[in-house]
Order: sequence, then C-alpha cells, then structure tokens
Amino acid sequence: MSSAVISTSAATRRPFLFDAEATDANEHCHPERSGQCAKRIARGVEGTLSLPDSRLAGVTPASRLEIRPAPEMVPSGIAAIDALTGGLPRGCLTEICGPASSGRTTLLLAALAAATHRGEFCAVVDASDALDPHSVNAAGVDLDGLLWVRCGESSRKLTQQQRKRENRETRTNPSEHRLEQVLRATDLLLESGGFGLIVLDLADLSPQDARRVPLTTWFRFRRAIEHTPTILLAIEHQPIAGSCSSLLLQLGSQAESEPAREPSHSQLLTQLDISAELIRSRIDRKPARSVKFATKTAWAG
Amino acid sequence: MPFACIYVPNFSMAAALRAEPELQARPVAILEGKPPLEKIIAVNEKAGASGITPGIPKAQGELCTELALRSRSPLQESSAHAALLDCAQSFSPCVEDSAPDTVFLDLAGMESLLGSLPEISRAISTRAAALGLQANVAVASNPDAALVAARGFPGITLLTAGKEAAHLGPLPVEVLFADRLEGDQRKEADRLLETLDRWGIRNLRSLAALPEVSLSERLGQEGLRLQRLARGAASRTLVPVEVPLVFEEAVELDHPITLLEPLAFLLNRLLEQLCARLGSRALATQELRLTLELETYSSSSASQLKNNFVRTLRLPLPMLDAKVFLKLLQLDLNAHPPGAPIIKIHLAAEPARPRSAQGGLFLPPSPEPEKLELTLARIAGMVGEHKVGALELLDTHHPEGFRMRRFVAEVARRVPQKQNPDAAQAASAITALRRFRPPLRATVTLENGQPMHLVCNKKEVKGEVLWKAGPWRFSGDWWEREAWSRDEWDIALKTGEAIALYRLVHDLFAGCWFVEGTYD
Repeated sequence: MSSAVISTSAATRRPFLFDAEATDANEHCHPERSGQCAKRIARGVEGTLSLPDSRLAGVTPASRLEIRPAPEMVPSGIAAIDALTGGLPRGCLTEICGPASSGRTTLLLAALAAATHRGEFCAVVDASDALDPHSVNAAGVDLDGLLWVRCGESSRKLTQQQRKRENRETRTNPSEHRLEQVLRATDLLLESGGFGLIVLDLADLSPQDARRVPLTTWFRFRRAIEHTPTILLAIEHQPIAGSCSSLLLQLGSQAESEPAREPSHSQLLTQLDISAELIRSRIDRKPARSVKFATKTAWAG
Repeated sequence: MPFACIYVPNFSMAAALRAEPELQARPVAILEGKPPLEKIIAVNEKAGASGITPGIPKAQGELCTELALRSRSPLQESSAHAALLDCAQSFSPCVEDSAPDTVFLDLAGMESLLGSLPEISRAISTRAAALGLQANVAVASNPDAALVAARGFPGITLLTAGKEAAHLGPLPVEVLFADRLEGDQRKEADRLLETLDRWGIRNLRSLAALPEVSLSERLGQEGLRLQRLARGAASRTLVPVEVPLVFEEAVELDHPITLLEPLAFLLNRLLEQLCARLGSRALATQELRLTLELETYSSSSASQLKNNFVRTLRLPLPMLDAKVFLKLLQLDLNAHPPGAPIIKIHLAAEPARPRSAQGGLFLPPSPEPEKLELTLARIAGMVGEHKVGALELLDTHHPEGFRMRRFVAEVARRVPQKQNPDAAQAASAITALRRFRPPLRATVTLENGQPMHLVCNKKEVKGEVLWKAGPWRFSGDWWEREAWSRDEWDIALKTGEAIALYRLVHDLFAGCWFVEGTYD
C-alpha cells in the first residue's frame, strides 16, 4: 500500500511529498544506514504532522498541478486533413512538407479560405513570389482579408549607392537575401498581432537554403504565437523547424509514372491525388498514420 | 451672459516658444527688421532679468552670450493663432477672432455641459497649455471687461457680474491701450496716457471715478469709452467667426538640415502640435502632407534655388497618434530621401472624423490599424512598396491580371460567413498553381507538334515529358499593343523520385516556350 509521507525541503523550508515505498526501497539498499534513515523520516513525519494546517495550505499536490490546455483546433479546409490531425492548432507552428506537386499550396489555400471565411485576417509571406492570384480566388479565399508579402528583389527607389549595395548583396546570394526578408517580415507580422493565420511559403527554396534558418528563429516564432489565436503555417520541401513545430505533415502525390498513350488533346488535368502522412503531432500523441484525398482543378467543374 | 477672453501675452515670444519648447529654460529674444538693422521686439522673463529689453539692436543683445536670438516668424505666429482658435472652438461654437493673441468665447449655456465657470476657465487654460500656449483666461459678463481682465491679470480671472469696476480698479490705465502698438494709434495712445498721467490718473479705479461730463468735455467720446471700459460696463455683441478646419504647422530653419535624424525631432514636435489641435476638435486625420523646402544650387551659377519636396501619407483609416505618424514619415523619408538640405518644413493634416469601432467578444482577432500600418510600412521599406498588400483581380483573362492594393484591416467589413459545414466538407480543394516569376525559359523538343522533351535553366524542371494534355489556346488584348496569344500545355515530368505537373506555355507571338508554374 502506498502512503504519502510529508517532509520539509531544506532549501525552501516548504513541505513536499514523497512516496513511503521509496523509503522502504532505500532501506533495503542500504541496510547499514536504514536505522538512521528511518529515525530521520520518523522525526520528519512527526514534525510535519505537528505543523498547523495553515503551513500546508501553500502545498499543491502533484495531481492538481496546472496542465497546459490543449490548443484550439480549427478546420484546415480539407476534411481528410481534419480527420487526420483534428485541424490546425492555434498558437502553434504547423509544418507541411513535400516535393513539387504534392498539394502543399492546395492545402495552404484551403486553410486560407477557411480562415478568411471565419472572418479572420491572414498573411502569406511568399519567399518565391509564387502565389497565383487566380488560384487564390478559385480556392474561395476572401481577397480583402489576405495580406500578401512578395519577397524577392526590392522594387523601391534607391540611391545609386544603396542600389549598388543591394545588388551586391542579392547577387552574392539571392536566396539568402530572400530568406532574410521572409524572416524579418514574419517577425514584424507576428509582432503586429491580430492575424488568424500567417503562412511562410518556403516551398520553392532548396532544402539547403531553407536549413539556413536557425532553430532559434523557429523557437522565437513559436514563443511569439504561444497563447495567441494565430496559426503559423510553414510550407517547405523538407521539415526544418525541428521540435518547434507542433504538427508536421508530409504530403506526396499519387501521380502515375506510366507515360499516357492517349492523344494529348483528349486528356485533361482534372485532379491531383494527394497522400498526407502525419509525422508528428504534439497535440494528439498517436502513431503516425496517413490519409488520401483528391484535389480538382478549377476547370474540372 | 458670461463671456470668456483668452489672451496670450507677448504673442510673438509665445509662438516662438511653442515651436521650440526647449527654449523656455533660456533667455530668449525675438528679432525683427532687415539685417543689419534688426531690433529686439520681444523678450521672455529670463532675458528681461538679464537686462535685455525690447527696442535694443541685435548687436547689443548678442553681448549676452546666453541669449537665444530668434527671428520673428509669421508662420509660427499663424500656427499659434490657429491653435488658439482651435482651443476656443473646442469649448464654444460662438468664437470671435479679435486679434492674433486674443479670442473671445460666448459661454452662454455651456455651464450645463462643461461645468461651472471656474471649471471651464481652468479647462480652457489647461487646453491652451496642452497646445503650447501660456494664456490668460478671464470670464466676465461682457467681452470688454473680460478682455481688460485677461490683459491685466495673469492666469485665470473671474469677474462677478456687477462688481467689474471693483475688480478692475487696481489695473494701470496702460491696459486699455495694450492693442495700440503701431503707427497713429500708438501716438494717440501716448497722447491720452500723457494727459491722464498729468491729471494723476494712473489706474482704472481713478479713471472710473472721474465725472462723465467733465471727461467728455476734455477727451470727447474716446474718454467716455475708456471710462466705460475701466468700469467694466461696456457692452457689445460678439462677431462670431467660422473657424476653418485647416490644420497646418510649419517651421523655418535658421540653418539647413541635411540629416533625417534632426528632421525627425522637428517632425515630432509638429506632429504633436497637429495631433493636439486635431484632438481638441475631436478629429483625426487620414492624410498627412509633408512639404519640405529644399535649398539647391544651380550648376551654372552659384545662385540659390528653392524647390519643394512633397510627400503625402495616406492612411487607410483615420488615426490620431503622433508616434505612429512620425514612424511612418521616417520610414517614408528613408525610402524617399529629399536629396538636398531642408530649410523649411510644412506639415498639413486633412481632418477626418475619428473611426468608431465596437469590439466584440465573439469577433475574430484583427490587427490594430496603427500597428498594422507601421508593420506594412516597414515591410514595404524592405520588399518594395508594390510588393505588399491585398490582391485585386482585374477584369481580364490575362494570366497575370491582378494588381496590388493597400491592405486594410477593417473589422466592420469582416463578418464571419456562415457556411453549411457539410457542404464545406464535401467540396474538394481546388488544385493550386505555383507561378515562377519570371517564367522559366525552356527549350522544348517537339514530336508531331507535341512537347516530348524539356530542358530548362532550373535543374529540377527538365526531362522526358511523361504525360501531357493540350494545347489549350488563349489570347487577349488584341486591340492593345500588349496583345498576347499562347498555347498552354499541362505536362508531367519526373523530378527525382516523384512526378511533378507543370504548365508549359508556348508564346505564339514571340515563338518562345516557358514553364509558367507548377501544379501543387
């Protein structure tokens, strides 16, 4: 039978709890000291039991310690993804990885459409200036509620000296310059607050470039959105945020590798078959599992 | 029927100190006249204590090393006068603009709205101080008595109705001539003062006690008018003015500014004054116009030229925050530097009604407009002005038929749309296209007019075409010079282990092939 024994911490002089069975085990391990230990514990017990109740008032039993509440999950806009993950967690970083044509942008636009339909303001920090306005519109995103930050070469008017300096920077490493813009813009948007969904579109950056983002940056982003209703969504080629992401989804396409035999004019791209695998979830600790879903093209009807 | 008079003593000095508040701790003198014949026309208390008096030449004033000399600035005085009118207008709709340093208010009926007369007087004095003006405020049953009291007594004065003469009695007779500072009026005032002095009349009580008939026989109607003023018994109606909603502040610089940092200090001061004035009228602004007069020299001759550099800051929503405005102006000037030394700064605000927003517990989160505006300005400074904002599709079939517009986080417009959850779940996601900007130029090998092999400068996008659909022909704007016509193909290429789908475009006018994007 397990019974709680109350002792007093030497450092804090506050009582704490430990298990009597552990002391019994100690007794068996160190028989020569067992008598002294038992006496000391007995003195502690007597002394503590004689304490007035007011001294125990400040003690929080372990069973009542505050547990961090689970984040609110909101629909991602794709039913299959919601069934897999429970939705997208607010106040957390979600990573969506996959190669080209794996449905990352489709999922991103579906999440944007769902968020704007909820009346939230969204922001897309586009590292490669790759967003297609017609796709955004076709996905049902409310364009008034979407802020698009197109990173890349600056189009502002510069003095000759500034222009030379900027050219030198961008020529030496344009992707680094672009990445710097993405991170600074994201920092500013997170600091500004009030957005329901902020998307970092790093999908076209090579894995080598994307890995240049230090882990401390992801940690900072995670801390910035913690306890806020903002969802931070990053789409990329390979996972790069490490343990900072609460949800990690790997997408892949199910395209046929066999060359088609029919004439080209008789074929029509109508849908993409996507497989989504849940790699990691801090919210719902269940084994990895996957779903499949199809996306249709705007002209498929 | 109570009237209030707001009087700013030593107005040219007050206007200078309003523009440069840090001068208040130093002896200051205001100069007027053409060099080298400039004379000191006004001094502050500290300068007076140092022996500087109005009327002495500039050279003599310069002997006092601590003395700060400033030229009289009509711009600063007009700004101070506008601020004085704003102060008055914020308490009563019936305002008389009697002189640059004097404003009258009709306070009839204001007691029920703004409190008792002492409270209103204190509030007027506080508001004037907030606008950078140390004003005397007097309240009396007639405007002239209020004027004499405001000119004679510092701070706040309340004259009880019927006891004006007793209150005003100790004031010197010079108070009645305070507005006659120039020309013939000055001479006439000096003559009258000399006469009264010869009679031994040195204060208003003595003047009020003189027999009316005898005074009329000796000084005429002017004498009687002065006596009525001394008794506080003059009566007249106010001539109200419609104060224009013009909010402008300006500063002329003795030495040109070349750096943005000192310019920011001056802008901050001007913005604080503008915001205080707008706030006193319960207004905000949606447009700030900054005009910088630049000092430039022509290349052919050494003559100095002046040209204006104008920047207009348009805000999506009415705002009233000097710090936000300053930051926005700084970011704008960083992106668009003036390019020459600045000799004059003029800042104007277009008034607008302040926005009213009702927050709600169940409304989705939205960015604070002020914070968002700063964030957007900072991002625009980084990526370019036209690369941040909201999307707007144009009425065209052109594949890049869109433009960027200002992003406005207007909560009122954003009501969550109720959607049938079943319908939302049932709807399939739309396949998105990721564009390559600019499109990737490709070399395409054709077989029977169909693409079979692709080589592109992006290493991932090349190889055998596994699957293709097309061509889909599009054309448009044939009536314009920018006409376009193209064949589109949807193709599948093997990229590493996976297969990727691309949009391949054949420009029929240029005859080139491009990879426009990837379906993702």
